Amino acid sequence: MFRHWMWRGGLLAVLTLLPSLAWAAGGGGATDIVVVADTRQLAGANFYFSELYNDNITVFAVWAVVLTTACGAVLGVVMDFIMKRTGIDLTKRSIVEH
Amino acid sequence: MEWMYMHMPISGVDILWPGLVLIGFSVGCIGGFFGMGGAWMVTPGLNILGFPMAFAIGTDIAHMAGKSMISTMRHAKFGNVDYKLGIAMIIGTMLGIEVGAQLIMWLERIGQVGPVVRWVYVVLLALIAWLVFYDYAKAVKADKQAAQTGGESKGGINWAPALHKIKIPPMMEFKEAGITCSMWLPMIVAFFTGILAGFLGIGGGLIRMPALVYLIGAPTHVAVGTDLFEVMISGLYGAFTYSLKGRIEMVAVFVMLTGAAIGAQIGVVATKYAKGYGIRILFGCAVLCCLVSVVLKEFKFNDLAAVVVLTSIGVISLYIIKIMVSGAINEVREKKAGGAQAAAH
Repeated sequence: MFRHWMWRGGLLAVLTLLPSLAWAAGGGGATDIVVVADTRQLAGANFYFSELYNDNITVFAVWAVVLTTACGAVLGVVMDFIMKRTGIDLTKRSIVEH
Repeated sequence: MEWMYMHMPISGVDILWPGLVLIGFSVGCIGGFFGMGGAWMVTPGLNILGFPMAFAIGTDIAHMAGKSMISTMRHAKFGNVDYKLGIAMIIGTMLGIEVGAQLIMWLERIGQVGPVVRWVYVVLLALIAWLVFYDYAKAVKADKQAAQTGGESKGGINWAPALHKIKIPPMMEFKEAGITCSMWLPMIVAFFTGILAGFLGIGGGLIRMPALVYLIGAPTHVAVGTDLFEVMISGLYGAFTYSLKGRIEMVAVFVMLTGAAIGAQIGVVATKYAKGYGIRILFGCAVLCCLVSVVLKEFKFNDLAAVVVLTSIGVISLYIIKIMVSGAINEVREKKAGGAQAAAH
């Protein structure tokens, strides 16, 4: 247990020492540090994707894009279904520039 | 209160998930209304919740892609997305981002990257804010003059007609935007906005939206929708590259997207009840908030910068919610009144 927390604390310490990676500051150098996900207490989808993250980052990256797209599309369709029931006309707007 | 914390499997931290939903919701609202990704708002928010900065950035980009997809779908129904214009611009944007990144690498080599980037960002934000407010003041003055003389108002800043006179083939008609111009105009504008985005390391919505309005001549609503389409594409690309670098937390992305899905609907529908100039003015205020936070960060007031960002997110999203709710109530009320009148006749 102690080792587990040491490992986790060490990982967090490394990560928190990376303010230079700030995107808005035009950072860079993110590729120099390797992060390993701790999968020992994970199960199901979390375990699968964390293992993938550790073993094959390219497949993980493809999954990240596919799942983000799928999640966006599904939520968009669901919200469209809900919004249609509000009674608001969602097909046109009358107001323009002024 | 343990149930309010969610374990992030890759970064290994426990995060307050309602905070993630709230950030997603607020930025969904603001992004849907202004047509921007809102990285400057999300990254400090995630960092405050406990995400290591490296994960905050990658997670933010992936969330931005999903959120922009939801907003684009809604904007498209209003006819606010000019896909042809968006695709023409994507080519220029990608090339520009690459050139901007090369510039950064050159600055890194000469050891000047930090201060140069931040001050260019500050100057650019100040220029955008000035442009928006000056345009509004000019339009109001022109409207008053037109009302006095009985003529037609000249409106505010309008550089697009002069740029449309450059007729280098192929000429293209952008139906939703209602403009016909050389294909090179949106590509070149996107190239330069892309250079700035790549140079500053931002998504670019903050620069592209006003560029679409003032340089390409797209109506504000179409500029917002088309810009979101671009943010979606560049966000997906960003999600891929940041995933390759191992700096993404997918669980957080999904949690944030549930909030963003609702926020985006509110933000986009609010544009239906807001005039173009209303959107521009509020956009100018958001740019000013961003400017203040960057200046504060430059002088190492990081906590104060985070307070400014979070307060501006709260105030702006509440104002957008007010626009949407009051507009929707009026519309539904008018519909009911119309229905009752028709039944009486």
